[in-house]
Formats: sequence, C-alpha cells, structure tokens
Amino acid sequence: MAGFRSRQPSDHVDSDEVNSPDIGFVGWLRWFWRQLTSMRTALFLLLLLAAAAVPGSIYPQRSADPNGVTNFFNTQPELAKTLDKFQFFDVYTSSWFSAIYILLFISLIGCVIPRTIAHTRNLLAQPPAAPRSFARLNAKAKFEGGVGTLQEAEQELRKRGYRVARSANEVAAERGYLRETGNLVFHVSLIGVLIAVGLGGAYSYSGQRVLIEGETFVNNLASYDSFSPGAFFNTNSLPPYALKLDKFQAIFDLQPINAGTPTDFRATVSYRLKPGDEPRQALIRVNEPLALPGSNVYLTGNGYAPVLTFRDKDGKVSFSGPVIYMAQDANYTSLGVIKVPDAKPQQFGVLSFYYPTAAKLKSGALASAFPGNVNPVITMSVYVGNLGLDNGIPSNVFALSVHGLKQVAGGKEHPKVELTKEGQTVQLPAGLGSVTWEGTKRYASLDFDYNPGQLWILLSALLALAGLIVSLLVPRRRIWVRKVAGGYELGALAKGDDARLDQTVTELKNKLATKVAKKAKK
Amino acid sequence: MNPVHLDVTMASISLIFIYAAMAVYTVSFLMFVFHMARATSESKKVRSTSGKLQTAGFWVLGFAAALHGLGVFLRGASQARVPWANMYEFSISGSFLIVLIFLTALAVKEIRVIALFVNAFVLLVLGVATTTFYVQIKTLMPALQSYWLVIHVTVAVLATAFFNIAATLAVAYLLREWAWVQKSANPLAKLIRRVLKMFPSSEQLERLSYRFNVVGFILWSFTLIAGAIWAERAWHRYWGWDTKEVWTFIIWTIYAGYLHANATRGWTGKRSAWLALVGFAAILFNFTIVNLFFKGLHVYSGLK
Repeated sequence: MAGFRSRQPSDHVDSDEVNSPDIGFVGWLRWFWRQLTSMRTALFLLLLLAAAAVPGSIYPQRSADPNGVTNFFNTQPELAKTLDKFQFFDVYTSSWFSAIYILLFISLIGCVIPRTIAHTRNLLAQPPAAPRSFARLNAKAKFEGGVGTLQEAEQELRKRGYRVARSANEVAAERGYLRETGNLVFHVSLIGVLIAVGLGGAYSYSGQRVLIEGETFVNNLASYDSFSPGAFFNTNSLPPYALKLDKFQAIFDLQPINAGTPTDFRATVSYRLKPGDEPRQALIRVNEPLALPGSNVYLTGNGYAPVLTFRDKDGKVSFSGPVIYMAQDANYTSLGVIKVPDAKPQQFGVLSFYYPTAAKLKSGALASAFPGNVNPVITMSVYVGNLGLDNGIPSNVFALSVHGLKQVAGGKEHPKVELTKEGQTVQLPAGLGSVTWEGTKRYASLDFDYNPGQLWILLSALLALAGLIVSLLVPRRRIWVRKVAGGYELGALAKGDDARLDQTVTELKNKLATKVAKKAKK
Repeated sequence: MNPVHLDVTMASISLIFIYAAMAVYTVSFLMFVFHMARATSESKKVRSTSGKLQTAGFWVLGFAAALHGLGVFLRGASQARVPWANMYEFSISGSFLIVLIFLTALAVKEIRVIALFVNAFVLLVLGVATTTFYVQIKTLMPALQSYWLVIHVTVAVLATAFFNIAATLAVAYLLREWAWVQKSANPLAKLIRRVLKMFPSSEQLERLSYRFNVVGFILWSFTLIAGAIWAERAWHRYWGWDTKEVWTFIIWTIYAGYLHANATRGWTGKRSAWLALVGFAAILFNFTIVNLFFKGLHVYSGLK
C-alpha cells in the first residue's frame, strides 16, 4: 500500500519497507533488533505473556495465598518441590514471567521511539503529493468539475478539519494525526504504568495489626504483627500517629432467608496525629478506609476476643486478658490458643472454641448457628507439659504444638472444660486451678498500607485509556483531488479501520460537483 | 448499613417473568429457525416470503426482552440494589444487555441474520442460570457495598456483550473462509453454504467483528482500571494477582494480541478471527470455571 511511511515495523500491514539482508556483525545486530521490534514479535510476546499468567491462577501464590502454598507442600511435597524450583508459586515475580514482559517492553520502546520521531516529522510536514495512480487506493471517484474545483476542494477539506496542501493541479489533504498520537500516548503510558508500579512498590509498605476494643496502636515498627516494606522504604519515616479501637460492631441479617449474612462491619476509632494532640474520632468500614498521613488504614477482618482469667489453686493469677479467637467458618465458630507458661504446678496450653450462638449437632458436638452473640459458649481442651517457650525459639502465638504434651481435658478420654455464661468460673482438672470468663470483646484486623506509586499508576492508566480510545476510534486518512483529462479525480487512503471512508468520498464528490454546477449557472 | 428488607414475593414474581421470557424466547427462536429454513430454501417463492417471518420474529424477541427486563428489574427491586451480585443475577442481567445491544444494533442491516444465534445463546444462558446458578435473594456483603459494583460490573457486562457479538461474527467469517464449506458436496456443507449466503460478505464480517472487538477492548480496559480502583478501597491493594484479576489480565492481553494481529502482515483475516475466539473462550472460562472452581477473592457465585 502506498504512503503512511511512519517508521513502522517492517511487517506492519501499512508498511512498505522490505527486509533486505544485511551482512556482518552490525548487520546481524540490526537484523536482531528489527526482529525484536517487529509486530510479529510483539504479538508473540503478548500471547506468551497471557499463557505464562495462567499457572498463577491454578497453583496457589505466595503473594496472594501463602497458606495455600503451605498446604500444597504438605499434601504433595514432591510435586511442590519441582514446581517451586521453576517458581510456580511466585509466577508474577518469576524470572521467566519477568523475562517475557521485559522483552515486551524493550520491543515496545524500540517501536515507539522511531515512530515518535517519524510522527513529529509528519506533524510538521505538508500532506504528501498524490500517488501516480489511484488504482490501489481504498476509495475513489470521478466527477466533471470545472473552474474553481480545486479551490472549493481546499475550502471544503479545511472546513472538515483536514490539513491541506494545494498545487497547480491537485489538492492533497490529510486528517487524523491524533490517531498516531493516541497510539504513541497509549504505549508510552504503559511504560509509565510499569515505572510507577516498580517505584511505588519499592517505596511502599504494608503492615498488619489486630486491635482488640480498647487497645491503642502506636505507629512504629514494633507495633505491627507483621510488616513488609518495599526495598527502598525507610522504616524510620513512619509518622508517629496513634490509633485506638473504641468499638467494633458487626451487623448480621436476621431475616430467615438470609440469616447470618454480614451487612456491615464498623470499627469506631479515635486517633492522634502526634503525641499530645486532641484525639479525633473516625469510622472505618469495608470499602471506606481511613486516610492517615503516610498510610491508609483498612478494615480487613474481625472476630471475638473473650476475656479470660486463669488462677492456680492458691488463687494466684497466672494469665488474664482478652484472647483473640480466629473465626473458622461463616458462623464464627472460632478457635483460640492460650499458653500459660507461669502456671503452677506446671505449664499448660489450651485449645479453645468460642461459639457465639452455640447449637448441638445431631452427633452431640457443638457448632455455631449464627455469627452474632446470641448464646455464646466456650469449650476448652487442656494440655500440660513443657510449652517450649523458654528455649528462645520464636513460636506462633496462634498455634499450639501438642506434641509431647499430655491432654487432661477434652479429647476422647476427658470431658471438655465448658463455660456457658459470662462471669462464670470453672475448675480445671489435674489441680491446675480455675478459669473465669470475665466478658467478651471484639477485635478488628487492620491493614496499614502506603504506596506512593498508586496515584501515578492511575494517571498513567487513564492516559493510556484515553490514548487507546483516540487511536482506535479516530480515523486517519488522506484525500487527493486532482485534475485529469475530462474532469477531476478524487482518491482516499485510510490507515487502519475506517468505517466512513466510502461515505466521505461520496459526500465530497457530490458536494464539489453541485457547488461547481451552481457556480456555472450563475 | 442496616439490613435491607428482602421481598421474597417480589423475587418469586421476578423468577416467573424470567421463565415467561424463556418461553417467549423459545417462540422467537423457532421463528428464526423457520425463517432460516425458508430463506435458504431451493424454491425462490418460499425464499421471497421469508422476510415477514423474520420481522415478526424480531417483534416476539422484543416482547421476550421486555419480560426479561422486568424480571431483572424486579430481582433488583426485591433486594433494593443492583441485580448483579452473584452468578445467577450476572447471567440474567448480562443476557438482557446482550439482547438490548443486539436490538439496538439491528439498525446495522448486516447484523440481522445473527438473530438466531444471539437468541439461542441468551436462551442457553437463561437455562443454565435458572437451573444451575439460581440462589435466593440476599443482602450485599460489606465488600460489595460500593458504587463501584454499579460501574465496574456494568462495564464488564457491556464489554462481554460486545465481545460476544464479535465472536459470533468471527465464527460466521471462519465458516465462510473454510475450504470444506466452500467446496464440499457434503449435504451439511451445502446447507451451511446456503445459510451463509444470507450473511454479509467475508470482508464485511471481518470488519464488523473487528469493530465490536475494538469497543469491547476499550470497555474491558476500563473494567480493569475500575476494578483496580475498587480493589484498593475494598482489599487494600490495587492489584494482587487474585485469580479473577489474573484472568482479567489474560483476556486483556489476548485481545491486545488480537489488535496487533490486525495490524500485522500475514495475521489479518483467519488468524486474527481465531484469536478473537480464543479471547472469547477465555471470557467464558473466566465466568464459569474460574468462578466455580478456582480459589480467590471474587467468590461471589453464592453457590456452595
């Protein structure tokens, strides 16, 4: 096809470059570069990237589902080891996935730079002269015309927003420069997205903290339950705000067909930006994080925290406070772990269940039938023995390893310890003393997230979208009108899809023909 | 938000409307089948009278769409929210939108002939929705209580509808280009040939399919961006490679490949039509298999 030489890849449909063989090392390099920046390579890499993303949706990923990865290792250790060797649990940071998108972006840059230069030149230049023959153009027409046709054509085309160049025998016009501009903006914005994702990630952090009603969080590294900073995040730069969870409310639907569906979670907090400031109140809900300087605070989970007090048989308190119970199902059947290393005569650990609305199953076992606190019951299995807390190895506070411990309550041989009312005290077996259920608090899991790249990612993405719309919907075409033997000839060439090309040519022909006819009458 | 009142009676009426729409869709489907049979008849006389049947079919289709729309509206009203928060609702709303876009696009004459296929597809979707995906009405869980549910999901459904029409056109195009269909003396090939006579030219099919895909791609890009904005609000990160995010990305990349293919020498025509079908297959996979069997945050099917 003629025209539209805009330094496109040689295999672009609109390109008329020919791949000529080069000789020597430089020639080979040039050949390689041309291959890398060709349309076919871009297409191939795009499809490869799509295919490479699939395994990440099949196998659990460390970033999104670390527990899933652990489970996979437990159930299929051999397969897991092999998959892990090829980074199938970290697909999106794996060397092969990265290699594909880096190549894709190199190809993109190699394509965009020469096209930008060519497009700038194009923008500064006049529309090119008509091709010798109109035979290969997308649309053409002939009409009689007369004196002044070329002038009329020039006026009409200018009115329609074309850039026009007129010579003695022809008018050359072009429109839709915005199409290529949009195309370039789209691709450059994608580079912007990539840079913002990379830098944003490096300067970001994400921290988690479980707060029980009444507890206060002070923003420093030690206050987080878990904290993952990006490579360049300076942990000394955490602003010194403090945030207290005043109250947590969960509202569950009571209508029979929908009973137990949560309809709202509300964390009422008060916060101070600096020590000594007046505290301010705020409400954090799902979809409504609280914006604090340096981070947003999101509500990501919640549950019950019964307040328990353990006393030995002399009445001395060995443990007292709220215990975080983790919900195991939609009705908040919750599991809590208590370790009492200071107990006399020996250390013990407790695996405990909290049922907010306890109901007996047919098997006799307890289950929760509703997530709200209607008929709460606590049961406990008690294990005595060395808890392994004294040897300095950090252990998970939410798990109790019962290996090597002796069970004295719960299980097949012993009855469970059961508390059915707040304020109740129950004796523990094996002379371990007693446990008192003082009351029940709620807790909220909060996520503290900071990512300075987000705004730039959004801006780049919106710019890319704007560029995309322009590049796909604005038609780019050239139109020539010239004098030939026996009248005038009109020809049009479209770049890319152009739904209105034929219509435009017909309209233009009719308009010019009638205008000149009118003039002739006058 | 306090629990909204769930109107079970209204939900039942909604279901009755959906069933009624299915019955009427069946009638319009049969009319289009008979129209196709007459229009491809050997006899010229039979062929010339088929047009009226098609026009009548469109009126019946329009009536079915009205019932369908009422069913969708009542489903939303019974729960005081938008009716697309689980697979059943997404299916009835999405298929309604497909019919609506198709009825609007009837202004483009070349597209009329795919009525049979669009009608069949919508009937199939409603069939699966009412038998397999149906769930009771429910109040929205907190993560879904956001105006992004309206924006993100509406645009996703719209994109799907455009991709769907483009894929149908691509199938017609590929059949046209298939040498076996063009030349074989096999009766089936002959029949397909006669049916294809009613379709626009290969060139037009290819171009129409491309244009629907272009609009679909723009809408899909918006879906992806809107999803990331919502994910930042609800899940404290804009992108986390959740299974649904992964598949949104895969679909976007396939269609980006399709657009490149249309600008690559040797890849226009049949190859890019196949790519459009691969893309649409990924969309169907994303909506069915990923929703039902993959683990992730977008677990909104409501099915156990």
